[in-house]
Amino acid sequence: MKFNNIKLVAIALLVSFSAYNCSSDDDTPTGPTGPNFTGTYAQEDQMGRPAINTVFVEMADKNAFNTTIPSNQNAAFQSKFEARLLALNPGYTTNALTWDAPTFTGALATVVLTVSLTGTTTFFDGTNVLTGRALADDVISTELLLIFGGPMGTDNPGLSDDNVDGNDKAFLSVFPYLATPH
Amino acid sequence: MKKSKILIGAAVLTIAGFFAIAADHIDAPAVAGDTSDITDIYAFQSQEDNNNIVFVANVQGLISPADTDAAAFDENVLVEFNIDNDGDAVADLVIQATPRDGKMYFFGPIEPSQSGLNSTILSSIATMNTVDISAYGASTIVESNNGMKFFAGPRDDPFFMDFFRYGDILTPDNGINSFNNPGTDSFAGTNVMSIVVELPKAMVGSGDSVNIWVESKRKQ
Repeated sequence: MKFNNIKLVAIALLVSFSAYNCSSDDDTPTGPTGPNFTGTYAQEDQMGRPAINTVFVEMADKNAFNTTIPSNQNAAFQSKFEARLLALNPGYTTNALTWDAPTFTGALATVVLTVSLTGTTTFFDGTNVLTGRALADDVISTELLLIFGGPMGTDNPGLSDDNVDGNDKAFLSVFPYLATPH
Repeated sequence: MKKSKILIGAAVLTIAGFFAIAADHIDAPAVAGDTSDITDIYAFQSQEDNNNIVFVANVQGLISPADTDAAAFDENVLVEFNIDNDGDAVADLVIQATPRDGKMYFFGPIEPSQSGLNSTILSSIATMNTVDISAYGASTIVESNNGMKFFAGPRDDPFFMDFFRYGDILTPDNGINSFNNPGTDSFAGTNVMSIVVELPKAMVGSGDSVNIWVESKRKQ
């Protein structure tokens, strides 16, 4: 037998041996099977800053809004939010943050919740604005104030606060922080 | 009546279609009352450790106490916490949560495999954690692992608002133009299905802030 033939036989043996041992046949698993996490999951709902879809998105757009990724939301919804703001409060000029209608709705139209990693995390606590959302934050009154309260926060007093200032059950000071169910 | 009030009254006529419930409870026809309906999200610094951040996602709002024992997370629904840590409103990290057989499974934080509306569960490459889903009326189960804490189960709905009065204000021709004082919390006495994650801030970003949002996705 020529040396080349010996090499070929050796290679053939090696290939068949390793192919057998390195079988990648995983169609018939024999080990324990865990939960099934396969498949594609398609978006149905999303939420960033509270109550934006509810307050600013027209009914006809609500499903579409829930399936528009944040980086595309400003282009799709800022002008609609502005029209909605001026429908809610035709007398809107600026708000307590000194934002005019385009600025305010521009800030709202990308519906993500900014959360500080360096300090107080609150929707609004009198000093800090939009640095997170804590459980006890009165987010609705904050939004009503910004929509209806005018530059000094004193306009439309009957509309700028729903006068529900806290939750019906005390929050916990330890994880998971939310109160036990009723 | 002040002119602005009259204008608001007129504006109300133009938005008479409004009846969805805040904050995000039953916010859109396609998800209202469904197991994928996100009611609220929260993000705040841990009260237990200033180095940690807490993310909360609540789904399935307005569960009465009588219905809470039967309420359950949906195994076909994936809840994704999206974290943008460079300010472009595109997710740089995700934490995926989905229930299987009485446990909530968490994957991440990890870079998402794709941006956009469809996801696959990154179970083969992401850090996995689990917590037993707390049962109604039983003690709260918390799991601490890999520097993170996890909870899943029914909780009091932390949201509060005089929603029904708001609806009345937006309804034309009923003479209601202002909130009551005091108002009435429309969400008092109701529960939600809650997912809570606490993790070191260093695991989500190195800057001064991050942007977060939560998505719910259904298996196709």
